[in-house]
Amino acid sequence: MDKVLLTRWFWWILLLPFVFAGARVVQVIWYDPSALGPDPAQALVDLFGTTALWFLCAVLFVTPARAVIGVRWLTRQRRALGVACFGYALLHWLSYAGLLLEWQWQNLGQDLLNRPYIIVGFLAGLMLLLLAGTSNNTSVRLLGRRWRILHRLVYPAALLVLVHMFWVARSDYTEVILYSVVVLLLLLYRWRYSAKST
Amino acid sequence: MKVSVGHKLGERDVTPEAVYLNRRQYLKASAVGAAALLAPTVKASLATGSADPAPLWLQTQNNQAAPSPFSSTEKLTPYEYVTGYNNFYEFGTGKDDPEKHGQDFRPHPWQITVSGLAEGTGTFDLEDLLKGLAVEERIYRLRCVEAWSMVIPWLGVPMAALLQRLKPLSSARFVSFETVYRPEEMPGQGSFFAAIDYPYIEGLRMDEAMHPLTLMATGVYGRSLPNQNGAPIRLIVPWKYGFKSIKSIRKITFTARQPQTTWQKANAREYGFYANVNPSVDHPRWSQAEERRLPSTLFASNRVPTLPFNGYADAVAGLYQGMDLTKYY
Repeated sequence: MDKVLLTRWFWWILLLPFVFAGARVVQVIWYDPSALGPDPAQALVDLFGTTALWFLCAVLFVTPARAVIGVRWLTRQRRALGVACFGYALLHWLSYAGLLLEWQWQNLGQDLLNRPYIIVGFLAGLMLLLLAGTSNNTSVRLLGRRWRILHRLVYPAALLVLVHMFWVARSDYTEVILYSVVVLLLLLYRWRYSAKST
Repeated sequence: MKVSVGHKLGERDVTPEAVYLNRRQYLKASAVGAAALLAPTVKASLATGSADPAPLWLQTQNNQAAPSPFSSTEKLTPYEYVTGYNNFYEFGTGKDDPEKHGQDFRPHPWQITVSGLAEGTGTFDLEDLLKGLAVEERIYRLRCVEAWSMVIPWLGVPMAALLQRLKPLSSARFVSFETVYRPEEMPGQGSFFAAIDYPYIEGLRMDEAMHPLTLMATGVYGRSLPNQNGAPIRLIVPWKYGFKSIKSIRKITFTARQPQTTWQKANAREYGFYANVNPSVDHPRWSQAEERRLPSTLFASNRVPTLPFNGYADAVAGLYQGMDLTKYY
């Protein structure tokens, strides 16, 4: 397939979870108020958070995929994957701040000061913001060598996301541990790979 | 809160301390809720569709439920949410897991083992334990520690009536409850990475257990309890966070010392023994100042201020007089 065409299609695929969420929202507003359960705002917060996590894993998967399985075309899509990860993380935060807390700044501030899982989640979000904001060609050119160093922020961001999830879980760590194993394996591979290549 | 009683009286002659101490609140609540007695119970207006699978004796007893003066007049949370969105980790940690994974559970026949500091110890059929006790319908607010709440029409018998039948000794200062342990029917109990131990254990001080608001629920919305809500019998303590209201109770034990509960064992900093609803003591993860009354909608999260003791302070605050509630949370 034409490389440009593939890239264009890829962007649309990244929008699928958003389209899915949008369809549910339309359903809730106009057709069936119970489509997302009795706590639809919380359902959206969870949905966007999980989607962002999946894209984070996908971003970290790009390099091992190339080196181990020989999947090269994914490398071209890494920027799209990263931007999508940030986009869903942003939607995760927007639905928490806007729908759950209804923009009550005092409550937002209280959460940010007092709740450890909110603090680490917010920090991870800021890192992703920085990465997404410097993902354009201009930034890559302007930052030069420093761009690569800056974008290693994705590793601490991934670790903070895991901490965020551990502190959200109340009684069962099965899901968090599964994601942790995936993320840690990907990080471990990265660490060894970069150690070899330098 | 020690009250000396006459030396010539035997165990069975003593009015339970909690009932005695709360007689004024009891009367006050009765006066307020007297009008509710005239209203029909919720079952009349409910069409659940499916037949009640409970044995006939329990259906009959539940069907005879009378409205209680303690009932709230707030808008009820719909049946589908009460039974389709809740925490019952024995069936999984998702809010819809209890309904999804609870259907293989067999709550009948059911026995309860009573042990410890009581005259009436032994293992009893649920039918015998409940025989002759009048079921009431009580519409209570349920406040989850996760800062959401519902309004639910329970059916059940006052805990005091059931416990008196078991004749606790005066040396019994606490009562603990244990959920049934059946990993083959309750997939969550077999989870390898569960942070809490099973079987689930909860407990109350005797005066809390004997308080007129404390209920042993046998039904909801005019029918017997569905599996996911704690069939066949569960505790309801409306002024405490929901996790205190232990489900599918298999054991009752009277003790002199405060029992260690499941959540205390898992995380004592986050979950205390008392767990009274208290807007001024935050849980480390959730502010408790407000709650979202479910169902909420996308653009109206339905936040309401949380009240001390979940709005039951008039009736129960006296139980905790002189206690530092930030320490005994």
